[in-house]
Amino acid sequence: MCLGIPGQIQAIFERDGVRMGKVNFGGVVKEVCLAYVPEAQVGDYTIVHVGFAITRLDEQSAQETLRTIAQMGLLDEECDTDAAGAACPIAPWGGAAPPNHSPQPNA
Amino acid sequence: MAIDLSQWTCPLPLRDYPSVVLGHGGGGKLSAELIEHLFLPAFRNDALANLADGAVVTLPGSSTRLALTTDSFVVRPLFFPGSSIGDLAINGTVNDLAMCGAHPLCLTAGFIIEEGLPMATLAQVVARMAEAAARVGVPVVTGDTKVVEKGHGDGLFINTTGLGLVPPAVEVNPSRARPGDVVLVSGTVGDHGIAVLSVREGLTFETTIESDCAPLHELTAALFAVRPDGVHVLRDPTRGGLAGALNEIAARAEVGIVLDERTVPVRQEVQAACELLGLDPLYIANEGKLIAIVAREDAEAMLEALRAHPLGAQAAIIGEVTDQHAGMVIGRTAIGATRVIPAPIGEQLPRIC
Amino acid sequence: MKYLAAFRNGELAQRLAEEIRRMVTRPWVIMEVCGGQTHAIIRNGIDQMLPAEVELVHGPGCPVCVTPLETIDRALAIAALPRVICCSFGDMLRVPGSQKDLLRARSEGCDVRVVYSPLDAVQIARDNPNREVVFFGIGFETTAPANAMAVHLARRLGLRNFSMLISHVLVPPAIEAILQSPSNRVQAFLAAGHVCSVMGYWQYPPLAERYGVPIVITGFEPLDLLDGIRRAVRLLEAGTPHVENAYARAVSFEGNVAAQQMLAEVFEPCDRAWRGLGVIPNSGWRLRPAYRDFDAEYRFDIGHIATQEPAVCRSGEVLQGKIKPNQCPAFGTLCTPRTPLGATMVSSEGACAAYYNFGRFASTSAPAQPARTCNHGN
Repeated sequence: MCLGIPGQIQAIFERDGVRMGKVNFGGVVKEVCLAYVPEAQVGDYTIVHVGFAITRLDEQSAQETLRTIAQMGLLDEECDTDAAGAACPIAPWGGAAPPNHSPQPNA
Repeated sequence: MAIDLSQWTCPLPLRDYPSVVLGHGGGGKLSAELIEHLFLPAFRNDALANLADGAVVTLPGSSTRLALTTDSFVVRPLFFPGSSIGDLAINGTVNDLAMCGAHPLCLTAGFIIEEGLPMATLAQVVARMAEAAARVGVPVVTGDTKVVEKGHGDGLFINTTGLGLVPPAVEVNPSRARPGDVVLVSGTVGDHGIAVLSVREGLTFETTIESDCAPLHELTAALFAVRPDGVHVLRDPTRGGLAGALNEIAARAEVGIVLDERTVPVRQEVQAACELLGLDPLYIANEGKLIAIVAREDAEAMLEALRAHPLGAQAAIIGEVTDQHAGMVIGRTAIGATRVIPAPIGEQLPRIC
Repeated sequence: MKYLAAFRNGELAQRLAEEIRRMVTRPWVIMEVCGGQTHAIIRNGIDQMLPAEVELVHGPGCPVCVTPLETIDRALAIAALPRVICCSFGDMLRVPGSQKDLLRARSEGCDVRVVYSPLDAVQIARDNPNREVVFFGIGFETTAPANAMAVHLARRLGLRNFSMLISHVLVPPAIEAILQSPSNRVQAFLAAGHVCSVMGYWQYPPLAERYGVPIVITGFEPLDLLDGIRRAVRLLEAGTPHVENAYARAVSFEGNVAAQQMLAEVFEPCDRAWRGLGVIPNSGWRLRPAYRDFDAEYRFDIGHIATQEPAVCRSGEVLQGKIKPNQCPAFGTLCTPRTPLGATMVSSEGACAAYYNFGRFASTSAPAQPARTCNHGN
């Protein structure tokens, strides 16, 4: 239903009393309504759907997700006592993981 | 399966088009059906049956082969980032000749002008045409002008017809694609379509993307210089994009084509605009790129030949022809999986979903 | 692009697929709710990477697929009125109404324009004060805040020539309707990430608990989808019907509060007919009375529109995962991507069109890597 693309806020301004901004999507700049991300600042990433920022993108969560996936094979070998691979006792998120081979989230 | 067709009263919404829709000119399935079911039966002959970008006819009593092609240009706006309808009108027809394997000789130009078009605009378009023709070195040798009432046209339509000479030993034809052949593209795809979209009402965005509109006859000459007979198929993937052109070739030659999507050159900005609008770069129009399907043993040399020319600097090998899944184009996706790349149905529409 | 390319990493995708293969022990039916997810699954070939045990069912979260015939006919009727400019998202233009689609209406002289954002339609209304601009306001919770803002702004600007034909639908009631169906096959859901960006996911734990189904909030890139599927399989195998958020970078538990406030200001809940599924109670939004002047349904007196779906089209059952597309008698014969009867055949990622395309591929390829590539194929 909902095509949402991450872009970086370049500028924030007001038009007709509505908080608007210029958002850069990999070199393409589009005017976007920022009314629903009042906390977002220039430089922040937001997810844009039909010209509206619907949420700020949490860059730390993004890195953590990638790190977790990248380490999946390693973690699971350690906790593979459960044949179904069901309840891995190691927390699926954050903390434990040293970022030694986290992939570069880049275009 | 108890459907009694005689009882079928459903409106069958889109089955038969009682009127022409834009998709019939979109270079996809609807265009193909229009040609197959209307034009081809009406005009049936050997040269036409080839359904190439132009026709190759042999002069009676000689071995001289002429290529003949015609194209009409209805782009809006008339001027867009990097190019104009005038450049398109010259380069588009030169490219159709080049895709027949021909060296362009001369062009004609027909103008259908809507009453009220500013004279300065017309002059600007014609100046761009003259420049483009001079750059290719092809004269515009005859022409025609018609003016239609206000509201009966969209400013300006241009038709150009091109005549070219096909060198001996050159034999390019969509049906010559054969299993084992290699698919080359001469550069980044989608630039033209996205450049035009970027200035459309309701979709506008800021970008540095410019149309890739360019004449391709020097690139084809470079391919033939490697080995004329090694070039099996040439296509310029205009409307319908890479996906449209490859599907047409697969259908014509009754072969399958496997496209490695990771190797298809796409500018970052074009990719970004496509993400934003929910479009697929493989379906976006190009005006200065060619697809060459070539004998495997010549592929590397031809890639080098393309890359040696400024217009082919980003040329790449993007796929191969196979005896599997005849008539279909299959993509190896970014994550190494497989998908079907269907022929485009009509015009490409931005989506939210 | 940053935060896209990283989530399309082929090597990590293979690793996730391997992980899914490793943990699955028996067949599971998982529905990805959102049409955008279906699109990404087909576009990237993710379905082809999964073990045979994992069957993905393409859910009803495609706004164009579930917009009722009656609403499309109403849009077509409004578009045909004098002075009207009908603005729409591009997706809607090819979806068949009873007699035609908006593309055809355009070819017949109606002024139908594709816009990227509802604010573009507001701008067109300002630029054309002597025309009536009607925006076809479809969509789920993700799109609703944008449409709400457009109406809100139009009212504040005193734009008297702007209105919206609303067909807003909501995800949780649809999930519940599917779960309540006696013939339901779906055992876990990938919930629509961007819907949850707006609404949060506080609505899901009660659903998961009541019906005993795992629900994983899932994003749209290949790694997001594979991770969502992996978590769903893990929860299924473990028999733990929990809710997990696999799209933490864009989704919080409470969602986007500012957007929710605007939604509450402009919209109120209503029953809504879903194409192929029928009326689902409280499954939609309509404009509140204060915004009635901007409701195209009230502004244009089209009257009652009687519609009948093509009798053979069973896209509703396809959307609920009850039948596979090729079990519909019209599939591939009366109904093809070129001649769609139902919306699921319209876009190449619609459940039926995807099945159609892949079916042709599977039937013309040597069975080299078959079995588990055929979740879609037979």
